[in-house]
Amino acid sequence: MRISRWLADRWVMGVALLVLAYLSLPIMVVAGLSFNRPASRLSYDFNEFTLDNWTHPCATSDMCDAVVRSVQIGFIATVVSTVLGTLMAFALVRHRFRGRSGINLLIFLPMATPELVMGTSLLALFVWSDNQLRAIFGFGVPQGFWTIVIAHVMFCVSFVVVTVKARLAGMDRRLEEAAMDLYASEWQTFRRITLPLVLPGILAAALLAFSLSFDDFIITNFNAGTTVTFPMYVWGAAQRGIPPQVNVIGTAMFVIALLLVGASSLRGRRARRAALTAPAVGAGTAKSRP
Amino acid sequence: MTALAHVPTPSGQAAPPPPRRGRHRALPYLLLLPGAAWLLIFFALPLLQLAATSLYDPSGSLSTGYAMTGAVGNYPEALQAYWPQFVRSFLYSAIALVLALLMGYPLAYAIAQKAGRWKNLLLVAVVAPMFTSFLVRTLAWKTILSDNGWVVGLLRDVHLLGPDGRLLATPVAVVLGLTYNFLPFLVLPLYANMERLDPRLLEAASDLYASPLRAFQKVTLPLSMPGLIAGTLLFFIPATGDYINAELLGTPNEYMIGNVIDSAFLVRLDYPQGAALSFLLMAAILAIVFVYLRKAGTEEVL
Repeated sequence: MRISRWLADRWVMGVALLVLAYLSLPIMVVAGLSFNRPASRLSYDFNEFTLDNWTHPCATSDMCDAVVRSVQIGFIATVVSTVLGTLMAFALVRHRFRGRSGINLLIFLPMATPELVMGTSLLALFVWSDNQLRAIFGFGVPQGFWTIVIAHVMFCVSFVVVTVKARLAGMDRRLEEAAMDLYASEWQTFRRITLPLVLPGILAAALLAFSLSFDDFIITNFNAGTTVTFPMYVWGAAQRGIPPQVNVIGTAMFVIALLLVGASSLRGRRARRAALTAPAVGAGTAKSRP
Repeated sequence: MTALAHVPTPSGQAAPPPPRRGRHRALPYLLLLPGAAWLLIFFALPLLQLAATSLYDPSGSLSTGYAMTGAVGNYPEALQAYWPQFVRSFLYSAIALVLALLMGYPLAYAIAQKAGRWKNLLLVAVVAPMFTSFLVRTLAWKTILSDNGWVVGLLRDVHLLGPDGRLLATPVAVVLGLTYNFLPFLVLPLYANMERLDPRLLEAASDLYASPLRAFQKVTLPLSMPGLIAGTLLFFIPATGDYINAELLGTPNEYMIGNVIDSAFLVRLDYPQGAALSFLLMAAILAIVFVYLRKAGTEEVL
């Protein structure tokens, strides 16, 4: 009995590690291929070690243009969706109002709708409104940079609301009540207590929004016109032959994200440790004083 | 400070504050207005436009304009032309879901219950694939499953594949790609659920002479149902609508409905048909989700 339990435990962990290996295999391949000199444009096999791709990441300038454009779009979409989503999260957690369930549904639905449907429906809207505007004013809104931004804000908002809401809901309201009891104005309370406490949630939401925007292909593909983002560049290049620098960008993205996660978890651990040892340190200094 | 923290608050932490003066009554609506307007205009309104587009006269074109004729016939026509791709979408994502469950369930369980101090590290390993670009990591499978790669070589050596058998450009590659790309969406909700599973319940089951299998069947599985339902939906919805894996790892013989919709809108410029197919996809997914939630929500699990 006990032996079979022991085996069961190890068995589960063994399967888990195998699955993790499956999940991380492609990343290792991407990292490896970033040091590859491919035998031909359409070859995906490892051929020869080289550092050229890392020393000349912009050898294909189209690709770097696309990366820059993706960063610009990601940045604007992140700022707008983080502001809109944070305001909504505050309303939902901190206020009573009529129509709450309708708002909740409006926030939930974009997360449950297939990207394909959101992409095609926005395309239908943009084409229709472009035609209407052209008929009335003689000029329209062509698809491109700004229609991509609009689409990205749309699908990022819901994720921002959910992330900030989770942080707000877990916050201790008594801290704010204490500030108010100590004659802080509502604005001061918000500025000095509420905002610093919610900020980690807002930052997490912004990071999530940026990564969703930067990596989106399906919705972007329907609303980009002739504008090319990094995922769209990769999509197009897959037919013509992928330059190995794509793997450099892929690896760099991975490393940056990993560093961000590492830094935030380190900060969290340090903060926890500081919180644990603070009283002891305080007592120590008090005692050492003459 | 610590003593204060234990004083029960009569108002409770979760209860919303009492309604305040006039200025505050409008505040929630002001906070909601920009975001809600954005979602209404760029999420809800486009769905209506898509519905309208699906009923346009199919004989029109983008350059000459479409006439709104309420052409309901677009739906059966689209379905008749592309039902194999529809069936394939659901078939591939269903097979991928089964594979993902076989891999993801033990993984989530191991991280939640067995990992101890390695828990956070393993969680990062689960989401790590999402740190890099979806398309780039899908293309990596082209290298892994390549005809000259070690995977195909090994399978040929043990005669699981014929001497010129291949994995790339087959349904196997597409299903493997789908499984890989959406596995984290299945694992994360499952993990969040299983983390709260009290190990003492399993101890109690074994004290009462339940075999490990029976304990799993009677304790672990039923308690993990909410996570299982959330995870399968988060996996199934994007996997069914995906066409990147079919395009990059398959051939036109493996095309899913997304490939057809993509070409209807962007290559063939047949908007009414593309819109009809999009709507059919959404309706089919919603129907499956609805039936699934009803079943899973009301019936006892095995």
